Amino acid sequence: MERIDEINRNFFTLFQEGRELLRKDVGAVMDAQREKALEEFKAHGIPYGCENYLYANLLPVLERDYNVSLRYVEQEVDLSEVFQCNVPCLDTHLLLTINGRFWRGNERPDVPEGVIVCGLAEASVKYKELFDKYYNQFTEPGRADGLVDLNTMLAQDGVFVYVPDGVVMERPLQIVNLARAKADLMSFQRNLVIVGKGAKATLLVCDHTLSDHYFLMNNLTEIVAGENALMDYYHVQNQHLGASQINSVFVSQRRNSRFEANVISLYGGFIRNNLYAALTEEGCECDLYGMYLSDKKQEVDNFTFIDHVAPNCRSNEHFKGVLDDSALANFAGVITVRPGAQKTEAYQANNNLLLTDTARVNTKPQLIIDADDVKCSHGATVGQIDEEAMFYLRSRGISLAEARMMMMFGFAHEIVGKVRLEPLRAKIDDLVDKRLRGELTKCHNCVLHCKQ
Amino acid sequence: MAKEQDEILNEVTEGEYKYGFVSNVKTDTIGKGLNESVIRLISEKKGEPEWLLEFRLKAYRHWLTMKMPTWAKLKIPPIDYQDIVYYAAPKQEAKKSWDEVDPELKATFDKLGIPLDEQKALAGVAVDAVMDSVSVKTTFKETLAERGVIFCSFSEAVKNHPDLVKRYLGSVVPYTDNFFAALNSAVFSDGSFVYIPKGVRCPMELSTYFRINAANTGQFERTLIVADDDSFVSYLEGCTAPQRDENQLHAAIVEIVVEKNAEVKYSTVQNWYPGDKEGRGGIYNFVTKRGLCRGENSKLIWAQVETGSAITWKYPSTILKGDGAVSEFYSVAVTNNYQQADTGTKMIHIGNNTRSRIVSKGISAGYSSNSYRGKVKVVKSCQNARNFSQCDSLLLGDKCGAHTFPYLEVANPTAQVEHEATTSKIGEDQIFYCNQRGISTEDAIGLIIKGYAGDVINKMPMEFAVEAQKLLQISLAGSVG
Repeated sequence: MERIDEINRNFFTLFQEGRELLRKDVGAVMDAQREKALEEFKAHGIPYGCENYLYANLLPVLERDYNVSLRYVEQEVDLSEVFQCNVPCLDTHLLLTINGRFWRGNERPDVPEGVIVCGLAEASVKYKELFDKYYNQFTEPGRADGLVDLNTMLAQDGVFVYVPDGVVMERPLQIVNLARAKADLMSFQRNLVIVGKGAKATLLVCDHTLSDHYFLMNNLTEIVAGENALMDYYHVQNQHLGASQINSVFVSQRRNSRFEANVISLYGGFIRNNLYAALTEEGCECDLYGMYLSDKKQEVDNFTFIDHVAPNCRSNEHFKGVLDDSALANFAGVITVRPGAQKTEAYQANNNLLLTDTARVNTKPQLIIDADDVKCSHGATVGQIDEEAMFYLRSRGISLAEARMMMMFGFAHEIVGKVRLEPLRAKIDDLVDKRLRGELTKCHNCVLHCKQ
Repeated sequence: MAKEQDEILNEVTEGEYKYGFVSNVKTDTIGKGLNESVIRLISEKKGEPEWLLEFRLKAYRHWLTMKMPTWAKLKIPPIDYQDIVYYAAPKQEAKKSWDEVDPELKATFDKLGIPLDEQKALAGVAVDAVMDSVSVKTTFKETLAERGVIFCSFSEAVKNHPDLVKRYLGSVVPYTDNFFAALNSAVFSDGSFVYIPKGVRCPMELSTYFRINAANTGQFERTLIVADDDSFVSYLEGCTAPQRDENQLHAAIVEIVVEKNAEVKYSTVQNWYPGDKEGRGGIYNFVTKRGLCRGENSKLIWAQVETGSAITWKYPSTILKGDGAVSEFYSVAVTNNYQQADTGTKMIHIGNNTRSRIVSKGISAGYSSNSYRGKVKVVKSCQNARNFSQCDSLLLGDKCGAHTFPYLEVANPTAQVEHEATTSKIGEDQIFYCNQRGISTEDAIGLIIKGYAGDVINKMPMEFAVEAQKLLQISLAGSVG
């Protein structure tokens, strides 16, 4: 507890000392939100031992002595380095961020007319009206979470996307978050994605570490899906063991909008995903899928919170994981149905495969229901590979190792199969296959030899 | 039709508490408040040995360092622990034969339908009736004694079997366990003690009725059941309480030790006064129940029907320590009006090849809040554990809430743990189907609830199953069923 207090104080000091730098280059509203967040942070601090972080031990992650760079450091990026990790045949608008900052070398993507894609700091000045209307308006559900406040306090940049009403973006927008530093680094990135009425957008976020240091990324993305909008969010987390990630996504859905998230956690030291979705008007649909393959001493912690505010909405969640070595996976899902949100359908499932004696799983699916005309269910399982299925395969002459592989692949594919971008799906399947065979150590074909 | 259905559901909320009456028995109480001298006084009044007083005092000192837990999804009004009378006993303790017992007390039991007189031998029920805090009469002690079964009030057990009590008291629920357990350990007034010797199959179902009677008296029961190797016992606990305006606190402890190859079945019908339609009054029921399956292949079954209490905070749990131990938990929890319940179970798998099964059915109506909270834990060294949990919620009305908070913690790959939960209301199509076949809406709802809770009710001993069915009807229906 003392350590936590100390960490809280350190952040507080960091904020005070960097106050002037933080004010630089950003709009008034973005800066004003920092003060609000500071008050909240003072009240809550880093979440420790609270219900939503019951099984997540942030202490070892936060205790490390990271550097925080509040100044923009110009970095050259060798695109070939990035493209090695890229998905073949996937045609996207590519944007890079480095250590949480929008890379100045990004070319202006060839997006449909009216679509705005730029750095968040730039948007806070240049597209003031849009920015001010939406910035930090949807983080309310993460109120008691000091990590959310920290992001609002310290994030200086990120990606801003605006898709106007009725515009359909055929090509996905791909954000590659790069982490590269000469010392251990903590970064804060803030994204804001606004999808207008009847618009359609796909966002693909990939994380990569380009140097062999300890990283802690505390990223936050706010997404607004307007009336009848369609929004797909894919996140492929593939970093190294020293990289820790706290990734919060807040989604606010309007009437008849549809949101789908797919979070694939392949590699990383400590990964915490917070997915918050608020279904604020009738007819919304929300699907959250997640898959995690963990080994060594990795820790993957998924937290989801679906808030059914309006009636006639549907939500579905499915998270699956395979745990090897001494990996730890936590899942906590909350579905709330507010009074009056009748005809809600909400489903939630979490399945885990434990492969070794030392792997652990904690799962906590929760339903909080205050309306009567609803269909809600949740389920969670923890177990090992079905013996009968194994016997079936073995009796057909398939080796033990291969049979296990097939079962695990099939288990994981249920989630990967939800990915609608064909090339990405093939790529993830390939990564999963390699990962399960132990051929993939960090990032497929990566030029670096990171710490294992 | 929907309207008619609503009316029937409304009647649900109208159902008045059937057992609300105050019996006029003289009680011996001490003043309000809690401090060491009160504990010494309780101990002295009960003529307890020194070690038990020490136990109480240690618990009290520990309790002082604790805070009331706030994690449950309950709104608990602040409780002034100094405003409670910690000891009340009916004054008729000295009576030797049943005939001398206060007729009013007998009438109370008659109203409750407790089979206390000799004829009940045929019903095979031995009753240790607890009125407020002290046992009034125990029947069939002789029959049980023949087999070596000890079934007596806790105070008697302390006097006559101190070694057994000393050995097992606090072995499953230590006084440090939680706030209410510490409080109970400090001030417990009486309760029941059961010891089933090796190889004995208890010839009858043991049953205790608890009643809170004197106004402003917290009741702090303590039950200790020990089933030695290869024995079997089925224990029934049922509660009703008179209607009162002020809230009453009930913080009981139930400890069960199950040795090798033994089996214990613990059934509860809980129908404390739930408060009136506006949510005034009612019992606060904060109970710690826990069983330890200590020996190999031991078995513990919990079956409960919870319809009463303004606030329920109760998690009958099992520690599956012996290899091959089995535990099952069946529960129906009904909340109506402004009742709140946060109830569930814990299954801690320690021994190899241990199995547990949880079936929990929640029914909420009116403005009530009904939560299932359960934990299934498989420790690292536990091989081949198996758990299945099913937690369903049924909502009758759009102002009530049904919540599910399962915690699954697994640290061994050979474990197979499954949890599933659903929340729904009685479907219009279900009612329509029944109506079509000439079943009135009222009967249809009764039928559906009966079917819904059937899995659990069927696990109750027969006499209880009947009472439980009735209770469901009373709490939910007025006219349903």
